[in-house]
Amino acid sequence: MRFDERGHACPQPVINVKKALAAISAQTEVEVLVDNQTAVENFRKFAAQMGWTFEQRPSDEQQTYIIHMVASPKCDCEAMDFAPTSGKVVILINSRLIGEGDPALGQVLMKSFLYALTEADRKPDEIIFMNSGAYLTTEGSESIDDLKLLASAGVSITTCGTCLNFYGLQDSLMVGSVSNMYSIVESLTDAGKVIRP
Amino acid sequence: MSEKLFCNGGGCTAKLGPGALSRILSKLEKPKDRDPDLLVGFDSSDDAAVYRITDDIAVVQTLDFFPPLVEDPYIFGQIAATNALSDLYAMGATPKTALNIVSFPQTADLNVLGRILDGGNSVVLTAGAMLAGGHSIFDDTIKYGLSCMGTVHPDRMFQNNTPGIGDVLVLTKPLGTGIALSADRMGDCPGITYSHAIESMLTLNKSAFEALEGLNPHAVTDVTGFGLINHLLEMVGTEYAATVDSSRVPRLEHVLRLAKGFYITAAGERNRSFAADKVCFERVPFAMEELLFDPQTSGGLLISLSPEDADTLLERQPKASIIGRIERRNAPSQASITVF
Repeated sequence: MRFDERGHACPQPVINVKKALAAISAQTEVEVLVDNQTAVENFRKFAAQMGWTFEQRPSDEQQTYIIHMVASPKCDCEAMDFAPTSGKVVILINSRLIGEGDPALGQVLMKSFLYALTEADRKPDEIIFMNSGAYLTTEGSESIDDLKLLASAGVSITTCGTCLNFYGLQDSLMVGSVSNMYSIVESLTDAGKVIRP
Repeated sequence: MSEKLFCNGGGCTAKLGPGALSRILSKLEKPKDRDPDLLVGFDSSDDAAVYRITDDIAVVQTLDFFPPLVEDPYIFGQIAATNALSDLYAMGATPKTALNIVSFPQTADLNVLGRILDGGNSVVLTAGAMLAGGHSIFDDTIKYGLSCMGTVHPDRMFQNNTPGIGDVLVLTKPLGTGIALSADRMGDCPGITYSHAIESMLTLNKSAFEALEGLNPHAVTDVTGFGLINHLLEMVGTEYAATVDSSRVPRLEHVLRLAKGFYITAAGERNRSFAADKVCFERVPFAMEELLFDPQTSGGLLISLSPEDADTLLERQPKASIIGRIERRNAPSQASITVF
């Protein structure tokens, strides 16, 4: 396939090629003409990210750089469409802290973990909060905004009702729904993958 | 309605690369006797020029203009003014006056220009300064910006290259405006990312500056077209080194995904090649690298200050974040910035 991307400002050339090749099913030779060195560098990075070959070829024309790449569909799908793993991904959070050690660090890590989830390409299907994890979904938690963002992205947020009651948090839930041990067991056993940070 | 601006890589992405600029500037003839009252000139690549008038007062001058980066002329005017005033806050100065700089096509609708200037003026007023004049020319493309003047006590001036060993680095606004606008031009920017990018670009660094009241910041700069990494490189110079925890760097929603999808800018690529081997990335994802090179328009303040002062600052500016720390640079072979 051949693309003449001269006259297009960055990152238009890369985006155009990326979109045109999103659905290729076999190895495809790609030649792209661009008119500036920055665009060449952009394609060099792009090819590296996609696992494609990259070669800059000499050009006789003024203000023209020729890029030759071999696009392979396998890397393509992974990088572009984030191939799903089979079954649901469930994150089980059993504590308001991550790991053992200084609680101040554990708290920072948990906040940062939930924030990073909001930006993950592949979001989990469900996050279950148990024991002191219940403090994360209730009033006073630093992660409410992040969890709401996840909920709005379709992630199911559930907090164990026994835990809410135990800590006296039953009236302070700020995000998601209350669940019981039966539905938690069902979620975990049906899951394709359970992650415990 | 014709009041829509044509945008093509506007804002601070239109800046010349830092490499090209420093080569040219280094060739300019230097004055034989440098006036000692010129406290900050272009030789220190700071955010603005500072000239001492008396022992108590120095004037701070700055100038910034660029092509449209959003289609709404009023918002473009607002962003341009917010961005121009930002350099004053980065120097610790209180804005006093501003002059408009305009280039505008002869055939275009003058109402559009009216909306741009209206937007710019509204921000100048919010900053507590006054518009005091300007200069307009006909040109093929629209460009707008301001030259701003503020005052500062010479002892309270913030320089950009005087951090202290053991300082922490605070960033007051999220990164990613360049990536967000780049994706928007292709119609691929999520709504929440775009609206937060606009909101961020319209936020004056006034409150961040005022939050430094009573504190002793050692070095301050605003993050703009050269991207976080290059502004930080100017801060550390040759004497200091910085470590950045990339997971703590505030960023607009979804910008990492957009960067991974290559909605990045040519200016970002220039920023990357300028920084070259002065920055060392330790297992940092590609998209995060791009974010740290992303050219910001009307970006936040990057402040180097003691951990104690930083705690006070964060109480006053809850959206700010500690992103790293400053240490001594032990050997010329040591990277100026290490990002993990």
